[in-house]
Amino acid sequence: MSLKIILDVDKCQGYANCLIEAPEIWDFDESTNKAILIQEHPAEDLRAKAECSARGCPAQAISVVAD
Amino acid sequence: MENVVIVGASLAGVHAAEGLRERGYVGSITMIDGVSGSVADRPPLSKAALSGAVQFDDCTLRPDTWALDLKVTYRTGRSVVALDTAAGTVTLEDGHELSFDGLVIATGLRPRPAPWLPPQTPGVHVLRNRADSETLREHLLSASSVAVVGGGFLGLEVAATARSMGLTVTVLEYERSVLARVLPDSVGEWFTNVHERHGVEVRTGVAVSSISQTRTGFNVQLSNEDAIYADVVVAALGADPVTEWLSGSSVDFEDGVLCKPDLSTSVPGIVAAGDVARWPHPVTGKSVRLEHWTNAVEQGRHAAGTLLGESYPFSAVPYFWTDQFDARARFVGWVSPHHEAYVKSTGPDSLVVAFGDRGEMQGAVCVNAPKELALMRRLIDQGTLWSEIVDSGEANGDLSASHVGRV
Repeated sequence: MSLKIILDVDKCQGYANCLIEAPEIWDFDESTNKAILIQEHPAEDLRAKAECSARGCPAQAISVVAD
Repeated sequence: MENVVIVGASLAGVHAAEGLRERGYVGSITMIDGVSGSVADRPPLSKAALSGAVQFDDCTLRPDTWALDLKVTYRTGRSVVALDTAAGTVTLEDGHELSFDGLVIATGLRPRPAPWLPPQTPGVHVLRNRADSETLREHLLSASSVAVVGGGFLGLEVAATARSMGLTVTVLEYERSVLARVLPDSVGEWFTNVHERHGVEVRTGVAVSSISQTRTGFNVQLSNEDAIYADVVVAALGADPVTEWLSGSSVDFEDGVLCKPDLSTSVPGIVAAGDVARWPHPVTGKSVRLEHWTNAVEQGRHAAGTLLGESYPFSAVPYFWTDQFDARARFVGWVSPHHEAYVKSTGPDSLVVAFGDRGEMQGAVCVNAPKELALMRRLIDQGTLWSEIVDSGEANGDLSASHVGRV
Protein backbone atom coordinates (compact mmCIF):
# COMPACT_ATOMS: atom_id res chain seq x y z
CA MET A 1 0.00 0.00 0.00
CA SER A 2 1.75 3.12 -1.14
CA LEU A 3 1.30 6.68 -0.06
CA LYS A 4 -0.60 9.34 -1.90
CA ILE A 5 -0.57 12.99 -0.93
CA ILE A 6 -3.44 15.28 -1.87
CA LEU A 7 -3.23 19.06 -1.74
CA ASP A 8 -6.42 21.09 -1.88
CA VAL A 9 -4.96 24.21 -3.50
CA ASP A 10 -8.10 26.25 -2.81
CA LYS A 11 -7.77 25.61 0.90
CA CYS A 12 -4.02 26.37 0.98
CA GLN A 13 -3.40 29.71 2.67
CA GLY A 14 0.35 29.80 2.21
CA TYR A 15 1.39 29.04 5.78
CA ALA A 16 4.33 27.01 4.39
CA ASN A 17 4.25 24.75 7.44
CA CYS A 18 4.34 21.74 5.11
CA LEU A 19 7.57 22.93 3.58
CA ILE A 20 9.12 23.02 7.04
CA GLU A 21 7.88 19.58 8.00
CA ALA A 22 8.67 17.76 4.76
CA PRO A 23 10.82 19.67 2.26
CA GLU A 24 11.26 16.39 0.34
CA ILE A 25 7.56 16.47 -0.55
CA TRP A 26 6.76 20.17 -0.74
CA ASP A 27 7.96 23.26 -2.51
CA PHE A 28 6.48 26.73 -2.39
CA ASP A 29 5.44 29.24 -5.03
CA GLU A 30 6.22 32.65 -3.60
CA SER A 31 4.37 34.43 -6.40
CA THR A 32 1.02 32.73 -5.77
CA ASN A 33 1.74 32.11 -2.07
CA LYS A 34 0.71 28.49 -2.36
CA ALA A 35 2.36 25.18 -1.60
CA ILE A 36 3.48 23.00 -4.49
CA LEU A 37 3.31 19.23 -4.20
CA ILE A 38 6.49 17.86 -5.73
CA GLN A 39 6.11 14.22 -4.60
CA GLU A 40 2.59 12.96 -4.95
CA HIS A 41 3.72 9.39 -4.22
CA PRO A 42 6.56 9.60 -1.73
CA ALA A 43 8.46 6.51 -0.62
CA GLU A 44 7.28 4.70 2.51
CA ASP A 45 10.16 6.06 4.58
CA LEU A 46 8.67 9.53 4.18
CA ARG A 47 5.34 8.50 5.69
CA ALA A 48 6.00 10.06 9.10
CA LYS A 49 7.07 13.33 7.53
CA ALA A 50 4.13 13.30 5.13
CA GLU A 51 1.65 12.80 7.97
CA CYS A 52 3.41 15.46 9.97
CA SER A 53 2.99 17.96 7.13
CA ALA A 54 -0.71 17.06 6.83
CA ARG A 55 -1.58 17.60 10.48
CA GLY A 56 0.76 20.58 10.65
CA CYS A 57 -1.32 22.42 8.05
CA PRO A 58 -3.50 24.96 9.90
CA ALA A 59 -5.70 25.28 6.80
CA GLN A 60 -6.26 21.50 6.71
CA ALA A 61 -5.45 21.51 3.01
CA ILE A 62 -3.39 18.31 2.98
CA SER A 63 -4.45 14.70 3.21
CA VAL A 64 -2.41 11.52 3.14
CA VAL A 65 -4.25 8.52 1.74
CA ALA A 66 -3.49 4.95 0.81
CA ASP A 67 -3.09 4.51 -2.92
CA MET B 1 -5.75 0.81 29.71
CA GLU B 2 -9.40 1.26 28.92
CA ASN B 3 -10.54 4.52 30.39
CA VAL B 4 -8.65 7.63 29.26
CA VAL B 5 -9.64 11.11 30.37
CA ILE B 6 -8.25 14.10 28.48
CA VAL B 7 -8.46 17.36 30.39
CA GLY B 8 -8.56 20.16 27.81
CA ALA B 9 -10.42 19.81 24.51
CA SER B 10 -8.29 22.20 22.51
CA LEU B 11 -5.51 21.47 20.02
CA ALA B 12 -3.28 19.19 22.13
CA GLY B 13 -6.28 17.34 23.56
CA VAL B 14 -7.81 16.71 20.14
CA HIS B 15 -4.53 15.39 18.79
CA ALA B 16 -4.04 13.21 21.86
CA ALA B 17 -7.43 11.62 21.18
CA GLU B 18 -6.53 11.06 17.53
CA GLY B 19 -3.12 9.72 18.53
CA LEU B 20 -4.74 7.18 20.85
CA ARG B 21 -7.15 5.92 18.19
CA GLU B 22 -4.46 5.81 15.50
CA ARG B 23 -2.44 3.50 17.72
CA GLY B 24 -5.37 1.15 18.04
CA TYR B 25 -6.60 2.13 21.49
CA VAL B 26 -10.23 0.99 21.69
CA GLY B 27 -11.15 1.96 25.26
CA SER B 28 -13.17 4.97 26.25
CA ILE B 29 -11.99 8.56 25.76
CA THR B 30 -13.62 11.37 27.70
CA MET B 31 -12.63 14.96 26.96
CA ILE B 32 -13.33 17.66 29.52
CA ASP B 33 -13.12 21.39 28.95
CA GLY B 34 -14.33 24.45 30.80
CA VAL B 35 -15.28 26.01 27.47
CA SER B 36 -18.67 24.88 26.17
CA GLY B 37 -19.13 23.21 22.84
CA SER B 38 -16.47 22.42 20.29
CA VAL B 39 -13.29 24.38 20.80
CA ALA B 40 -12.09 26.88 18.22
CA ASP B 41 -8.81 26.76 16.38
CA ARG B 42 -7.08 29.70 18.01
CA PRO B 43 -4.88 31.31 15.32
CA PRO B 44 -7.77 33.04 13.50
CA LEU B 45 -9.16 34.47 16.76
CA SER B 46 -6.66 37.32 16.68
CA LYS B 47 -6.62 37.66 12.91
CA ALA B 48 -9.09 36.56 10.23
CA ALA B 49 -12.01 35.77 12.56
CA LEU B 50 -11.48 38.95 14.58
CA SER B 51 -11.45 41.05 11.41
CA GLY B 52 -14.47 39.27 9.96
CA ALA B 53 -12.59 37.85 6.98
CA VAL B 54 -13.71 34.38 8.07
CA GLN B 55 -16.69 33.24 10.12
CA PHE B 56 -16.20 32.02 13.68
CA ASP B 57 -18.18 28.91 12.79
CA ASP B 58 -15.55 28.05 10.21
CA CYS B 59 -12.77 28.14 12.81
CA THR B 60 -13.57 24.95 14.68
CA LEU B 61 -10.77 22.47 15.17
CA ARG B 62 -12.78 19.52 13.90
CA PRO B 63 -16.16 18.95 12.27
CA ASP B 64 -19.18 18.22 14.48
CA THR B 65 -19.06 14.52 13.58
CA TRP B 66 -15.53 14.13 14.90
CA ALA B 67 -16.41 13.05 18.44
CA LEU B 68 -18.92 10.52 17.18
CA ASP B 69 -16.52 9.13 14.56
CA LEU B 70 -13.73 8.74 17.10
CA LYS B 71 -16.03 7.54 19.89
CA VAL B 72 -15.02 10.42 22.10
CA THR B 73 -17.32 11.62 24.88
CA TYR B 74 -17.31 15.38 25.28
CA ARG B 75 -18.03 16.90 28.68
CA THR B 76 -17.62 20.59 28.14
CA GLY B 77 -18.74 23.67 30.00
CA ARG B 78 -17.35 22.54 33.33
CA SER B 79 -13.71 22.77 34.34
CA VAL B 80 -11.78 20.18 36.28
CA VAL B 81 -10.99 21.51 39.75
CA ALA B 82 -9.14 18.61 41.39
CA LEU B 83 -7.12 15.50 40.66
CA ASP B 84 -6.78 12.53 43.02
CA THR B 85 -3.96 10.39 41.67
CA ALA B 86 -4.33 7.65 44.30
CA ALA B 87 -8.01 7.15 43.56
CA GLY B 88 -7.59 7.84 39.83
CA THR B 89 -10.31 10.47 39.67
CA VAL B 90 -10.80 14.03 38.53
CA THR B 91 -13.45 16.30 40.02
CA LEU B 92 -15.46 18.77 37.95
CA GLU B 93 -16.52 22.15 39.26
CA ASP B 94 -20.06 20.88 39.85
CA GLY B 95 -18.67 18.20 42.16
CA HIS B 96 -19.02 15.37 39.67
CA GLU B 97 -16.20 12.80 39.73
CA LEU B 98 -14.80 10.86 36.80
CA SER B 99 -12.44 7.93 37.13
CA PHE B 100 -9.60 7.16 34.75
CA ASP B 101 -6.75 4.73 34.27
CA GLY B 102 -4.96 7.05 31.86
CA LEU B 103 -4.93 10.85 31.98
CA VAL B 104 -3.80 13.47 29.47
CA ILE B 105 -3.23 16.95 30.91
CA ALA B 106 -3.86 19.45 28.13
CA THR B 107 -5.32 22.40 30.02
CA GLY B 108 -3.29 25.02 28.18
CA LEU B 109 -3.07 28.60 29.35
CA ARG B 110 -5.19 31.43 30.61
CA PRO B 111 -4.50 35.11 30.05
CA ARG B 112 -2.37 36.74 32.73
CA PRO B 113 -4.45 39.22 34.72
CA ALA B 114 -3.55 42.89 34.49
CA PRO B 115 -2.38 44.24 37.85
CA TRP B 116 -3.86 47.68 37.08
CA LEU B 117 -7.28 46.36 36.31
CA PRO B 118 -10.24 45.23 38.38
CA PRO B 119 -11.28 41.91 36.85
CA GLN B 120 -14.12 41.76 34.33
CA THR B 121 -14.16 45.46 33.55
CA PRO B 122 -16.44 45.75 30.53
CA GLY B 123 -14.60 47.14 27.53
CA VAL B 124 -11.23 45.84 28.71
CA HIS B 125 -10.55 42.64 26.87
CA VAL B 126 -8.37 39.61 27.06
CA LEU B 127 -8.19 37.18 24.16
CA ARG B 128 -7.97 33.44 24.52
CA ASN B 129 -11.20 31.77 23.45
CA ARG B 130 -13.78 32.17 20.74
CA ALA B 131 -16.13 34.03 23.07
CA ASP B 132 -13.35 36.53 23.90
CA SER B 133 -12.74 37.16 20.23
CA GLU B 134 -16.44 37.54 19.42
CA THR B 135 -16.92 40.08 22.20
CA LEU B 136 -13.81 42.00 21.22
CA ARG B 137 -14.91 42.06 17.58
CA GLU B 138 -18.30 43.47 18.57
CA HIS B 139 -16.66 46.26 20.55
CA LEU B 140 -14.10 47.02 17.84
CA LEU B 141 -16.88 47.40 15.29
CA SER B 142 -18.44 50.23 17.25
CA ALA B 143 -15.17 51.81 18.43
CA SER B 144 -12.76 54.20 16.80
CA SER B 145 -9.71 53.74 19.00
CA VAL B 146 -8.07 50.86 20.82
CA ALA B 147 -5.11 50.62 23.19
CA VAL B 148 -3.33 47.29 23.17
CA VAL B 149 -1.33 46.72 26.34
CA GLY B 150 1.50 44.29 25.62
CA GLY B 151 3.64 44.15 22.51
CA GLY B 152 4.01 40.40 22.31
CA PHE B 153 2.78 38.27 19.42
CA LEU B 154 -0.87 38.33 20.45
CA GLY B 155 -0.86 42.07 21.16
CA LEU B 156 0.74 42.86 17.82
CA GLU B 157 -1.65 40.60 15.92
CA VAL B 158 -4.64 42.26 17.56
CA ALA B 159 -3.14 45.68 16.84
CA ALA B 160 -2.66 44.84 13.16
CA THR B 161 -6.17 43.45 12.86
CA ALA B 162 -7.77 46.44 14.60
CA ARG B 163 -5.79 48.83 12.41
CA SER B 164 -6.89 46.96 9.29
CA MET B 165 -10.48 47.45 10.52
CA GLY B 166 -9.87 51.18 10.44
CA LEU B 167 -9.33 51.92 14.14
CA THR B 168 -6.74 54.22 15.65
CA VAL B 169 -4.38 51.83 17.43
CA THR B 170 -1.81 52.37 20.16
CA VAL B 171 0.45 49.58 21.39
CA LEU B 172 1.91 50.00 24.88
CA GLU B 173 4.93 47.87 25.70
CA TYR B 174 6.80 47.87 28.99
CA GLU B 175 10.10 46.62 27.52
CA ARG B 176 12.44 48.64 25.31
CA SER B 177 11.12 46.95 22.20
CA VAL B 178 8.20 44.81 21.13
CA LEU B 179 8.58 41.00 21.19
CA ALA B 180 11.36 41.49 23.73
CA ARG B 181 10.77 38.11 25.37
CA VAL B 182 11.62 36.35 22.12
CA LEU B 183 13.78 38.59 19.96
CA PRO B 184 16.73 40.96 20.21
CA ASP B 185 15.68 44.63 20.29
CA SER B 186 16.75 45.34 16.73
CA VAL B 187 14.59 42.54 15.30
CA GLY B 188 11.70 43.73 17.45
CA GLU B 189 12.20 47.17 15.97
CA TRP B 190 11.76 45.74 12.50
CA PHE B 191 8.27 44.67 13.58
CA THR B 192 7.67 48.09 15.14
CA ASN B 193 8.49 49.62 11.76
CA VAL B 194 5.93 47.42 10.03
CA HIS B 195 3.28 48.62 12.45
CA GLU B 196 4.26 52.27 12.24
CA ARG B 197 4.21 52.12 8.46
CA HIS B 198 0.58 51.02 8.73
CA GLY B 199 -0.28 53.81 11.13
CA VAL B 200 -0.10 52.03 14.48
CA GLU B 201 1.43 54.08 17.27
CA VAL B 202 3.93 51.90 19.14
CA ARG B 203 5.08 53.19 22.52
CA THR B 204 7.80 51.17 24.18
CA GLY B 205 9.36 51.53 27.61
CA VAL B 206 6.06 52.52 29.20
CA ALA B 207 3.96 50.70 31.74
CA VAL B 208 0.29 51.21 32.49
CA SER B 209 -0.05 52.54 36.02
CA SER B 210 -3.81 52.76 36.20
CA ILE B 211 -6.92 52.88 34.11
CA SER B 212 -10.13 54.75 34.63
CA GLN B 213 -13.45 54.53 32.89
CA THR B 214 -14.93 57.54 31.11
CA ARG B 215 -18.40 57.92 29.65
CA THR B 216 -17.30 56.47 26.31
CA GLY B 217 -14.11 54.54 27.03
CA PHE B 218 -10.96 54.58 29.11
CA ASN B 219 -8.21 56.88 30.22
CA VAL B 220 -5.03 54.89 30.44
CA GLN B 221 -2.51 56.45 32.80
CA LEU B 222 1.09 55.65 31.88
CA SER B 223 4.17 55.37 34.08
CA ASN B 224 5.78 58.34 32.32
CA GLU B 225 2.96 60.67 33.45
CA ASP B 226 1.32 60.63 30.02
CA ALA B 227 -2.22 59.44 29.60
CA ILE B 228 -4.01 58.22 26.51
CA TYR B 229 -7.67 57.77 25.76
CA ALA B 230 -9.08 54.69 24.00
CA ASP B 231 -12.61 53.42 23.39
CA VAL B 232 -11.44 49.85 23.91
CA VAL B 233 -8.50 48.38 25.82
CA VAL B 234 -6.98 44.97 25.16
CA ALA B 235 -4.72 43.41 27.78
CA ALA B 236 -2.29 41.05 26.04
CA LEU B 237 0.14 40.45 28.86
CA GLY B 238 0.95 36.84 28.18
CA ALA B 239 -0.65 33.75 29.65
CA ASP B 240 -0.02 31.28 32.45
CA PRO B 241 -0.35 27.48 32.50
CA VAL B 242 -3.60 26.21 33.99
CA THR B 243 -2.27 23.93 36.73
CA GLU B 244 -3.89 25.01 40.00
CA TRP B 245 -6.25 22.02 39.79
CA LEU B 246 -3.18 19.80 40.24
CA SER B 247 -2.49 21.27 43.69
CA GLY B 248 -2.55 18.56 46.30
CA SER B 249 -2.06 15.82 43.70
CA SER B 250 1.22 13.98 43.12
CA VAL B 251 1.73 15.57 39.71
CA ASP B 252 4.69 17.94 39.89
CA PHE B 253 4.27 21.36 38.32
CA GLU B 254 6.06 24.67 38.29
CA ASP B 255 5.37 27.05 35.42
CA GLY B 256 3.81 24.09 33.65
CA VAL B 257 3.50 20.37 34.32
CA LEU B 258 6.99 18.97 34.83
CA CYS B 259 7.39 16.18 32.30
CA LYS B 260 10.08 13.68 31.49
CA PRO B 261 11.53 13.73 27.96
CA ASP B 262 8.73 11.43 26.73
CA LEU B 263 6.04 13.78 28.21
CA SER B 264 5.16 11.44 31.04
CA THR B 265 4.70 13.16 34.40
CA SER B 266 5.74 12.34 37.95
CA VAL B 267 2.76 9.97 38.14
CA PRO B 268 2.55 6.78 36.04
CA GLY B 269 -0.39 6.77 33.63
CA ILE B 270 -0.49 10.58 33.45
CA VAL B 271 1.00 12.53 30.55
CA ALA B 272 0.88 16.19 29.53
CA ALA B 273 0.90 17.97 26.18
CA GLY B 274 0.76 21.41 24.62
CA ASP B 275 1.12 24.85 26.18
CA VAL B 276 0.91 23.43 29.71
CA ALA B 277 3.74 20.89 29.36
CA ARG B 278 7.30 21.61 30.45
CA TRP B 279 9.95 19.10 29.49
CA PRO B 280 13.72 18.84 29.02
CA HIS B 281 14.29 19.18 25.29
CA PRO B 282 16.66 16.40 24.21
CA VAL B 283 18.57 18.62 21.78
CA THR B 284 19.34 21.51 24.13
CA GLY B 285 18.95 19.76 27.47
CA LYS B 286 17.07 22.81 28.71
CA SER B 287 13.68 22.74 30.37
CA VAL B 288 11.20 24.38 28.01
CA ARG B 289 7.50 25.06 27.67
CA LEU B 290 6.33 26.14 24.22
CA GLU B 291 3.18 28.08 23.41
CA HIS B 292 3.13 27.10 19.75
CA TRP B 293 0.35 25.67 17.61
CA THR B 294 2.57 23.02 15.98
CA ASN B 295 3.99 22.00 19.35
CA ALA B 296 0.48 21.32 20.67
CA VAL B 297 -0.29 19.16 17.62
CA GLU B 298 2.84 17.05 17.84
CA GLN B 299 2.90 16.78 21.63
CA GLY B 300 -0.71 15.64 21.69
CA ARG B 301 0.17 12.79 19.34
CA HIS B 302 3.37 12.01 21.20
CA ALA B 303 1.79 12.00 24.67
CA ALA B 304 -0.82 9.55 23.39
CA GLY B 305 1.95 7.16 22.41
CA THR B 306 3.67 7.53 25.77
CA LEU B 307 0.40 6.85 27.59
CA LEU B 308 0.11 3.59 25.64
CA GLY B 309 3.58 2.46 26.64
CA GLU B 310 5.93 3.98 24.08
CA SER B 311 8.89 5.83 25.51
CA TYR B 312 10.54 8.15 23.04
CA PRO B 313 11.86 11.61 23.85
CA PHE B 314 9.87 14.45 22.31
CA SER B 315 12.51 16.21 20.25
CA ALA B 316 10.69 18.18 17.54
CA VAL B 317 12.38 21.38 16.38
CA PRO B 318 10.20 24.32 17.50
CA TYR B 319 8.27 26.11 14.79
CA PHE B 320 5.73 28.91 14.96
CA TRP B 321 4.32 31.77 12.97
CA THR B 322 2.68 35.15 13.27
CA ASP B 323 0.89 37.22 10.63
CA GLN B 324 0.76 40.98 11.09
CA PHE B 325 -0.47 43.12 8.20
CA ASP B 326 1.32 41.67 5.17
CA ALA B 327 4.25 40.37 7.22
CA ARG B 328 4.05 36.61 7.41
CA ALA B 329 6.74 35.76 9.93
CA ARG B 330 7.92 32.21 10.49
CA PHE B 331 10.21 31.12 13.30
CA VAL B 332 12.10 27.86 13.37
CA GLY B 333 14.44 26.42 15.98
CA TRP B 334 15.69 28.24 19.05
CA VAL B 335 15.34 31.98 19.09
CA SER B 336 15.87 34.27 22.07
CA PRO B 337 17.01 37.80 22.88
CA HIS B 338 20.28 36.27 24.13
CA HIS B 339 21.21 34.50 20.90
CA GLU B 340 23.66 35.99 18.46
CA ALA B 341 21.76 37.30 15.47
CA TYR B 342 22.95 37.54 11.90
CA VAL B 343 20.84 39.42 9.37
CA LYS B 344 21.02 37.64 6.06
CA SER B 345 18.69 40.00 4.30
CA THR B 346 16.34 42.77 5.25
CA GLY B 347 13.91 45.10 3.56
CA PRO B 348 10.62 46.78 4.43
CA ASP B 349 8.63 43.69 3.41
CA SER B 350 10.97 40.84 4.18
CA LEU B 351 13.53 39.76 6.69
CA VAL B 352 15.81 36.77 7.16
CA VAL B 353 17.75 36.49 10.42
CA ALA B 354 19.74 33.51 11.65
CA PHE B 355 20.30 32.93 15.37
CA GLY B 356 23.28 31.17 16.91
CA ASP B 357 24.46 30.07 20.30
CA ARG B 358 27.46 28.10 21.60
CA GLY B 359 29.02 28.06 18.14
CA GLU B 360 26.02 26.55 16.37
CA MET B 361 23.24 27.80 14.15
CA GLN B 362 20.13 27.29 16.27
CA GLY B 363 17.23 29.20 14.86
CA ALA B 364 15.89 31.64 12.31
CA VAL B 365 13.11 34.06 11.58
CA CYS B 366 11.98 34.57 8.00
CA VAL B 367 9.35 37.13 7.01
CA ASN B 368 7.74 36.62 3.62
CA ALA B 369 10.50 34.21 2.68
CA PRO B 370 9.19 30.64 2.97
CA LYS B 371 11.90 29.10 0.84
CA GLU B 372 14.58 30.67 3.00
CA LEU B 373 12.83 29.15 5.97
CA ALA B 374 13.16 25.65 4.55
CA LEU B 375 16.85 26.26 4.00
CA MET B 376 17.28 27.56 7.53
CA ARG B 377 15.53 24.53 8.95
CA ARG B 378 17.97 22.29 7.09
CA LEU B 379 20.96 24.25 8.41
CA ILE B 380 19.65 23.91 11.97
CA ASP B 381 19.04 20.17 11.58
CA GLN B 382 22.56 19.72 10.26
CA GLY B 383 24.04 21.46 13.30
CA THR B 384 25.72 24.03 11.06
CA LEU B 385 28.58 25.88 12.71
CA TRP B 386 27.76 29.48 13.52
CA SER B 387 31.07 30.54 12.02
CA GLU B 388 29.92 29.16 8.66
CA ILE B 389 26.84 31.35 8.82
CA VAL B 390 28.60 34.51 9.88
CA ASP B 391 31.97 34.30 8.15
CA SER B 392 31.14 33.47 4.61
CA GLY B 393 28.07 33.32 2.44
CA GLU B 394 30.05 31.42 -0.16
CA ALA B 395 31.25 28.77 2.25
CA ASN B 396 27.66 27.68 2.63
CA GLY B 397 26.64 28.08 -0.98
CA ASP B 398 23.18 29.41 -0.32
CA LEU B 399 23.98 32.07 2.21
CA SER B 400 24.83 34.88 -0.20
CA ALA B 401 23.53 37.88 1.64
CA SER B 402 22.00 40.92 0.06
CA HIS B 403 22.56 42.88 3.20
CA VAL B 404 24.78 41.59 5.93
CA GLY B 405 25.32 42.81 9.42
CA ARG B 406 25.01 42.10 13.06
CA VAL B 407 21.82 43.25 14.68
